[in-house]
Amino acid sequence: MTVTPPDQIESTGLSSTLPAAVEAIEGRGPWLLAWARLRRDKVAVGSSVVILGIILLALFAPWVAHLVGHGPNTQFRTTGLSPDGIPVGPGSTFLFGTDDLGRDVFIRVIYGARISLLAGAVSAGLAVAVGVIIGLAAGYFGGAVDGVLSRFMDVVLSLPYLVFAIALVSLLGPSLAISVAVIAFFSWASVGRIVRGQVLSIKEKEFVEAARSLGASHLRIMFIDILPNVLAPTIVYATMLIPLSIVFEATLSFLGIGVLPPTATWGNMLSESIAYYKVAWWFVAFPGLALLITTMAFNLLGDCVRDAFDPRGNRLFVATEE
Amino acid sequence: MTEEARTGRTQRDTLLQLVDVVKHFPVPSDRLFGGKREHVHAVDGVSLDVRRGETIGLVGESGCGKSTLARCITRLHDVTSGTVSFDGRNISDLSVSQLKPYRRKMQMVFQDPYGSLNPRRRVGSIIGDPFAIHGMGKGADRKTKVQELMELVGLNPEHYNRFPAEFSGGQRQRIGLARALALRPELVVCDEPVSALDVSIQAQIINLLADLQGKLGLTYIFIAHDLSVVRHVSDRIAVMYLGRIVEVADTEELFARPRHPYTKALLSAVPTPDPDLVNERDQIILSGDVPSPIRPPSGCRFHPRCPRAQSRCTTEDPVLNVKDGDVSDHAAACHFPVADGEPLVMSQKEAL
Repeated sequence: MTVTPPDQIESTGLSSTLPAAVEAIEGRGPWLLAWARLRRDKVAVGSSVVILGIILLALFAPWVAHLVGHGPNTQFRTTGLSPDGIPVGPGSTFLFGTDDLGRDVFIRVIYGARISLLAGAVSAGLAVAVGVIIGLAAGYFGGAVDGVLSRFMDVVLSLPYLVFAIALVSLLGPSLAISVAVIAFFSWASVGRIVRGQVLSIKEKEFVEAARSLGASHLRIMFIDILPNVLAPTIVYATMLIPLSIVFEATLSFLGIGVLPPTATWGNMLSESIAYYKVAWWFVAFPGLALLITTMAFNLLGDCVRDAFDPRGNRLFVATEE
Repeated sequence: MTEEARTGRTQRDTLLQLVDVVKHFPVPSDRLFGGKREHVHAVDGVSLDVRRGETIGLVGESGCGKSTLARCITRLHDVTSGTVSFDGRNISDLSVSQLKPYRRKMQMVFQDPYGSLNPRRRVGSIIGDPFAIHGMGKGADRKTKVQELMELVGLNPEHYNRFPAEFSGGQRQRIGLARALALRPELVVCDEPVSALDVSIQAQIINLLADLQGKLGLTYIFIAHDLSVVRHVSDRIAVMYLGRIVEVADTEELFARPRHPYTKALLSAVPTPDPDLVNERDQIILSGDVPSPIRPPSGCRFHPRCPRAQSRCTTEDPVLNVKDGDVSDHAAACHFPVADGEPLVMSQKEAL
């Protein structure tokens, strides 16, 4: 990739040739630079590989189950439980052992990954979408609009989310959709605050005035001129929001107000295993480890994304000039 | 009409007319309850005619309201009172949609070549913005137009896909200029377009502005605090002090025969290249700071710093009018204008 020195551009300028190799010069934008840094970051690559692996396992869970021959809810009363009714430990038949009902923990863990990833991604996505729109509106319009929206965000952030979730579930009954809605509802406000703060500083820039003097509409200024400038911190926060949402969902399932058994989730598996941790360590360890590894991979990736977007964080960039 | 009657000016091709433009900004009150809301008097009664095809320079110290006036003209700010008329049409009370056709006719070039370009967007789409906003040209057609503009302002059209960060300050200002010229405006308001640039680059941009004025028949309002730049580019100059125009005249007339003490002091502050030519007595150092625009002084706003001020100046607000013996284009707002060649400070006896 060649970069023409600025002084050379100034001198060639003016009436040079217009057509021909116009598409030859492609600017390296801030996104591309961040991507280049991210690709060179070993931790980022490592955690991405882990996340990708978990996603693949979740996606192909039914296929894996079919291959192993164990359904997620099939009870193996003879092979999966000892004569005393104690779960069987990890081995060649049951990779992660079995649970109290003689079900395959490995298959249940990868089925649980589907719920966790789905809940994490969907609720984080919802939270970011709502947070970005509300934050943009609050920061851009300011005044009374900002006053109302900001106070609303304060209220949401100060609500006791577990009490709220329990109350809601007792009204509507537990389900994955309710869990996702509750998680998104309690997460968007922090995204909104971050976006609002960024917008407050960016809307004072002259390029916003330039857009206004051209006659651009509010929507155009908000989404075309301002949004790309607040996207970097938003993406960083969104990457951090996914593991938070996964843990949130696990918490709800653990308390029995999320996804209900027999559907396998890491949260309700942990909750079922409590009584057995002394006799069947695998029953509690594997869902717990799955939760830990997943959230850690997302958090590490989030850190790397933040570093990649940091304009001062060019150490990777300098060190690898080929 | 009234403006012409007052100044006794014959019918001229006026592109932009400002009549008694006032812009006040409310000051955030530090008291929670009560108290009268205070205002910054950023622009406080400016009347000015801008003629088609001319360059009018707007000079004054920082904080005198130059930029605010520019933003009132381009309707980035709504005026508190007064009217801004473009081509005979009052645009100061138009709604956003009514204003849109006028947006095409007047554009602005900004001071900060870094802040005025969106760092996350490619140059091609920045310059193409005016077309996108006004629904002109699509795809390849728009790209051709943008590249023509880039060539017009001396940029390499092949750099269409680059980001602003890949350009120097001077080049960025050219990009800003290309964006402003995209819709072929009649009036371009340049808000200190060169003050953030190196001196060598300043000359390039100023020459480019002059070239484009000839080619496209533009009218410029050129804001600057550098008098030598303003003198070079302007046909006429308006001097602002604390939200008011204190003197307006043709450039050479103003430099030769400044009438307002503030203009005189401002002109004397222009550095002379040859130190031998500097006459100590010619340099006027104004005492004190610019008063707060929240509570501007009574009477003539310049009186607390004016060496010629008398009791009348503290009570009576001087009108911007033509002084005896001056050409009809030369107006000053002063009770005791400086005569030709007269030193600024009156002798002790006179002052008494």
